[in-house]
Amino acid sequence: MNTTTLPTAPRTTAPAARAARAMRRLGPGWFLVSPSVALLLLWMLVPLAMTVYFSTIRYNLLYPGDNDFVGFENFYYFLTDAGFVPGMLNTLLLVGSVLLISVVLGVLIAALLEAAEFPGRGLVRVLLISPFFIMPTVSALIWKNLLFHPVSGILAALWKFFGARPIDWLAEYPLLSVIIIVSWQWLPFAILILMTAMQSLDQEQKEAARLDGAGPLAIFWHLTLPHLARPIAVVVMIETIFLLSVFAEIFTTTSGGPGYASTNLAYLIYNQALLQFDVGMASAGGLIAVVIANIAAIVLVRMLGKNLTEKY
Amino acid sequence: MAELKIRNLTKGFDGLEIIKGIDLDIRDREFVVFVGPSGCGKSTLLRLIAGLEDVSGGQIELDGRDITDLPPAARDLAMVFQTYALYPHMSVRRNLSFALELARADKQEIARKVEDAARILELGPLLERKPRQLSGGQRQRVAIGRAIVRNPRIFLFDEPLSNLDAALRVQMRLELARLHQELKATMIYVTHDQVEAMTLADKVVVLNGGRIEQVGSPMTLYHSPANMFVAAFIGTPRMGFLKGRVGAVNADGCAVEVDAGCRLVLPLGGAALAVGDPVTLGIRPEHLNRSETGPCLMEVTADVSERLGSDTYCHVRTDSGEPLTVRIRGDFSPRYGERLRLSLDVDHCHLFDRDGQAIGQPLQQVA
Repeated sequence: MNTTTLPTAPRTTAPAARAARAMRRLGPGWFLVSPSVALLLLWMLVPLAMTVYFSTIRYNLLYPGDNDFVGFENFYYFLTDAGFVPGMLNTLLLVGSVLLISVVLGVLIAALLEAAEFPGRGLVRVLLISPFFIMPTVSALIWKNLLFHPVSGILAALWKFFGARPIDWLAEYPLLSVIIIVSWQWLPFAILILMTAMQSLDQEQKEAARLDGAGPLAIFWHLTLPHLARPIAVVVMIETIFLLSVFAEIFTTTSGGPGYASTNLAYLIYNQALLQFDVGMASAGGLIAVVIANIAAIVLVRMLGKNLTEKY
Repeated sequence: MAELKIRNLTKGFDGLEIIKGIDLDIRDREFVVFVGPSGCGKSTLLRLIAGLEDVSGGQIELDGRDITDLPPAARDLAMVFQTYALYPHMSVRRNLSFALELARADKQEIARKVEDAARILELGPLLERKPRQLSGGQRQRVAIGRAIVRNPRIFLFDEPLSNLDAALRVQMRLELARLHQELKATMIYVTHDQVEAMTLADKVVVLNGGRIEQVGSPMTLYHSPANMFVAAFIGTPRMGFLKGRVGAVNADGCAVEVDAGCRLVLPLGGAALAVGDPVTLGIRPEHLNRSETGPCLMEVTADVSERLGSDTYCHVRTDSGEPLTVRIRGDFSPRYGERLRLSLDVDHCHLFDRDGQAIGQPLQQVA
């Protein structure tokens, strides 16, 4: 917080300048930003520092008092843990598939909603958006007990109706099930953003294209999709941030299993900290997750950031 | 060849009739301007011709072919939009070639047509740019270029100049006139600006409330407006109107008693007029003179004046309370409240009956 030397400050006599500097240090500006600065320190820096500290010591809740400094041992054990590689792959698969599903289906559904005039369109819109407002735990439970359940689920009833053997989704396709649940939650977000974006497409451009001989498909391909490039970038960025840390859906349905089949990084860290009580290793895992999230963020900004800053 | 025939065309939105039965013929190579106040249906009429709106009733015929129900692309028309409607993520070159690519035209032919259009509109150095890198006037030219490459039977313009600043508008107006001559094209042009209508048109169509008020050359509209609406709409400042009564009618003229305090004899055949009928006398600012003598003198009170240098437009009020505008020499500016004497140019007076229709057209024809 260096406010003492401002290059544009008017040159005044030395005592006056000193007085002004003192004023600034005591002045309302510093005073007024202090709550937010204090909050940031308290809520971000302190936990981060503590995590870094925990990651370098032996810290297992089962062995209280045994807190020696161990260097990078926790990192070594986390990276070589049997769950780390599947956890990483599952995280990537989960993020990638949900992004793909929500963007592709989002564009198509938004385009259909935009193109079609039918009674009850407003209601359909609300219904399409509503999964977004259901909390992850609840939606995962709905999927688990009402849809995926091999005995009482709707899908099981459907399979039985056609004479097939019902699938135990959560046991046989655990990661796919989680992907379906998370996609169901995040598709509404994509639809919401893309639908709004689609409404801002200049109608005269569409009319000009119609006069130029473009059919609905050509208009979609040559006008609508390029117009959606920016909102799609927004959807991808925001969803990535939240999808990297999916937890509740896994916790309430598969508990990461069977084995590590549906364990992602967030769940692995939880597993270390609160099931194996190894806070030190969980902290190391948390820091690794921070690094991975930052790598993802940098890649995304490189890839899509240009799309966001470019003006039309 | 491009001959457009419109027969009894109607269009309604949600039960509200916007176009109330239009009949119009547009000949080959004509520059036709639709003009009217906002909400008169001129843009809707253009969009009906383009096929962007569905017709409620009536028929549109292009070169003997009924195009009423054809999709826009099949009508062989090109349109220039008010907001230009360029495709923002395509280069100028692709904007120009888009329609031809969709029609799967030969690559060399596309290149040739794009080059031609770029040459006519001086777009050569801009071909690789994106629309956002162009100025308003350049975007406008690209929009026109997009129409030219398609070589349509008719060019449609929907208020193409209204997004440009005043100086550029004058320049583009001249370019459009030149383009019309060069391309020998049939053009339909919608505007609310009567200056554009007067300067560009071979034929002006004045619309009001979804109906055609009058069709004619700009000079016909100026000299022989068919009714009070056209008389007031064409010409700046607008025509002044004075209420009056028919005083006497005989074989070679009819005398009008103007409420504002004068009596004049107009060389009308007295068609269908009876003594005592209420009439309205129309007189343009340029046909009123400040004068102490003359055939028809009227005393008025000066209101504010607008001095333009070459002329002064002096707003006055007659003793009957009706506003009039007078064009006088630029070096004269009456004081507010000053009494002036005006004489009316009898040859340029227009007379309208109680329904606003002109009486005894034409008073005066100019070759």
